[in-house]
Amino acid sequence: MKHILLLLSAWLCVGPAEAASPQISQSLKTIRAVGAEGQGNAEAARAWKEVGAADAASLPAILAAMDGANDLAVNWLRAAVDAIAERELAAGRKLPIAGLEKFVRDTKHHPRARRLAYELIVSAEPAKAERLIASLRDDPANELRRDAVQRLIDEAASLRTAGKTNDAVPKYQTALKSARDVDQVEGIAKELKKLGSPAELPTVFGWLTDWKVIGPFDSTGGAGHDKVYPPEERVDLAAEYDGKVGKVRWQDFKATGDYGLVDLNKPCGALKEVAGYAYTEFQSDKARPVELRLGCKNAWKVWLNGKFLFGRDEYHRGMEIDQYRLAGELKKGKNTILVKICQNEMKEKWTVEWEFQLRITDAVGTPIASAKL
Amino acid sequence: MKSFFISAALLAALQFATADWPQFRGPLGNGIASAADVPAKLDTNSIAWAADLPGRGLSSPIIIGDRVFVTCSSGPKQDRLHVICFNAKDGTKRWERRFWATGRTMSHDKTSVAAPTPASDGERIFAIFSSNDLVCLDLEGNLIWIRGLTRDYPNASNSLGMSSSLTVTDGVLIAMVENDSESFTAGFDAKTGVNRWKLDRPKMANWTSPMLLKVAGRPTYVLLQSGKGLAAVEPATGKIVWDYGDGASTIPSATVSEGILYVPSHGITALEPSPEGNSPKQLWRSSQLRPATASPVVLNKRVFTLNDAGVLSCGDAASGERLWQLRLKGPFSATPLGAGSLLYCVNEKGLLQVVDTAAPDGAVISEMDLGKTILSTPSISHGAIYVRSDGKLWKLGKS
Repeated sequence: MKHILLLLSAWLCVGPAEAASPQISQSLKTIRAVGAEGQGNAEAARAWKEVGAADAASLPAILAAMDGANDLAVNWLRAAVDAIAERELAAGRKLPIAGLEKFVRDTKHHPRARRLAYELIVSAEPAKAERLIASLRDDPANELRRDAVQRLIDEAASLRTAGKTNDAVPKYQTALKSARDVDQVEGIAKELKKLGSPAELPTVFGWLTDWKVIGPFDSTGGAGHDKVYPPEERVDLAAEYDGKVGKVRWQDFKATGDYGLVDLNKPCGALKEVAGYAYTEFQSDKARPVELRLGCKNAWKVWLNGKFLFGRDEYHRGMEIDQYRLAGELKKGKNTILVKICQNEMKEKWTVEWEFQLRITDAVGTPIASAKL
Repeated sequence: MKSFFISAALLAALQFATADWPQFRGPLGNGIASAADVPAKLDTNSIAWAADLPGRGLSSPIIIGDRVFVTCSSGPKQDRLHVICFNAKDGTKRWERRFWATGRTMSHDKTSVAAPTPASDGERIFAIFSSNDLVCLDLEGNLIWIRGLTRDYPNASNSLGMSSSLTVTDGVLIAMVENDSESFTAGFDAKTGVNRWKLDRPKMANWTSPMLLKVAGRPTYVLLQSGKGLAAVEPATGKIVWDYGDGASTIPSATVSEGILYVPSHGITALEPSPEGNSPKQLWRSSQLRPATASPVVLNKRVFTLNDAGVLSCGDAASGERLWQLRLKGPFSATPLGAGSLLYCVNEKGLLQVVDTAAPDGAVISEMDLGKTILSTPSISHGAIYVRSDGKLWKLGKS
């Protein structure tokens, strides 16, 4: 009997820990089925109680159920993981650290699931979590990479404080190569500048800087946001149109500065109740999914290869890097990007801006540059 | 007539244990505590306990029975959302549930993603965040439902942040998701989170919160304030019953007292709803009573407004005549709370000032420095005051 139990224990250590037990398998499916506008909520609530009552051994399986699940289902599952971990730890029972570590190391899993598994390890065995995170500097899950980058930043800061500038600079530079969160990038850049080795921020961020712009078109009362002007129908860089204050033609605009701002006030004039367009071409060496990351405090619309991605009609409520992350598909070869940006009637000093910034990244936030084909 | 309003107030209070504080500004949504034993004098000995909170938050705590519920948001982009339950007795944590934001988390530095105050119907806790993630849990922390409102309505967001708190009545949870773009207020089934109704609302940023208008012998209405004015809607259907369209503030929310609405409109405009449900009658308007961020409070037939700099104005609730002004140490974001004849005002630097409104021209009778930035409106339950900063939740009782 003891022999059988030993064999069984061995199987459990190396076997499919992420396979859900039959008891919760159906419940996990029910939770994964939640959808828009509350679809599936009532069923999911019943299923959640079953999943939430599972033991700690089920945690890898519940985490694995996040793979391919929608955002809502991921939150349902996250709450179940929290409930289980909280109960088990309060009862003095252990979490399946080995299984969780294996889960974290498997980059095929959902980034947030991996992050949650890592947080469980932090709560139970912080030293192990510390060793684990050190190896995740270039992890495809930014949720994990960030902590690893922070370790490097902290090490660089210690070197700097100790007066070891020659060691601090390369450490910061290594951190910068891996950093993807804007606050970390900016923080590192600031330190490097102080140490006399400034970073090339436009390259680090990967702004699209070479544009053709045209405007102003009329947007009295904000109507220009929805009004279809010719550039939306076809981009003809040789064309001339009737604008709000006379004829308008496409003209070159190069975004300079660390933040790649395409400022339409410069070529079009600092006018109010106007709309303008910016166009650029982007070469990709392969077809791939990307994010178009836009920062803009004016109303805007974005098209990729003629397909409308998204638009927003909010004015002057603030702008930040990567404010909007638009999912798109690049095709191999030439891709076209068209941005429409509108200025409203407000007169306050803080409403002068008529500008945007745009970069293309992968899901982690690694900037993708236009290829030379 | 007034006895009807008083009865309604009692009825509303009895829906919960009388000491519960189930939503922003308490059981009646007017910032008045029924308990007579809230301490008048506060000092460092008044701290019963202090609990650590993660990240940031401006939401008020809510209290149901012996449990205190708080929301927080953490992470570099405040995209980790927390609902935490503490024991009211000693501040120990009972449970915590965390979620990832599915909507946008950008907000002004002064506010946070955990700005709206949660609400409870006594059985469930409903929490909403500036990312328009809406969650429902039972009192034990079991998840009942989730909605991602920006996920469902992609332009429902405000880059400055959203802060309208929730209210719930008769099985319907009401959330104002009003902004410059895809602006709406919705009633959700409290049990499942599914839409009962969804009302298009003015396309303008709006940080006010819905209030319930409960009058004995009359239907309950939800009051929705916006820059356009104030609308009363049926909570079960979203049908607009009447609409006051003379404009109102988009930050401080109206207050209801004895059936009269005190609306931050051209200063304060007092409205009396009609029994027939027609447009309300304007009783008076005073430009001398002008709330800034803090909502007005009506206490003992006096209406109080507080401006950002710290000037507390007292007006006669019947006429709007300004009676006195008292300069407090400002600035202020939190709405004052009233108990007995006292107003509890906590400024942005964390100084809690207790004002005796019965004194001629008002008088500060006690001050207590919590030493942290406090932008959140406190809550009161069982004679204790619950107040939070980003990183701390305090219970203040008798010294």
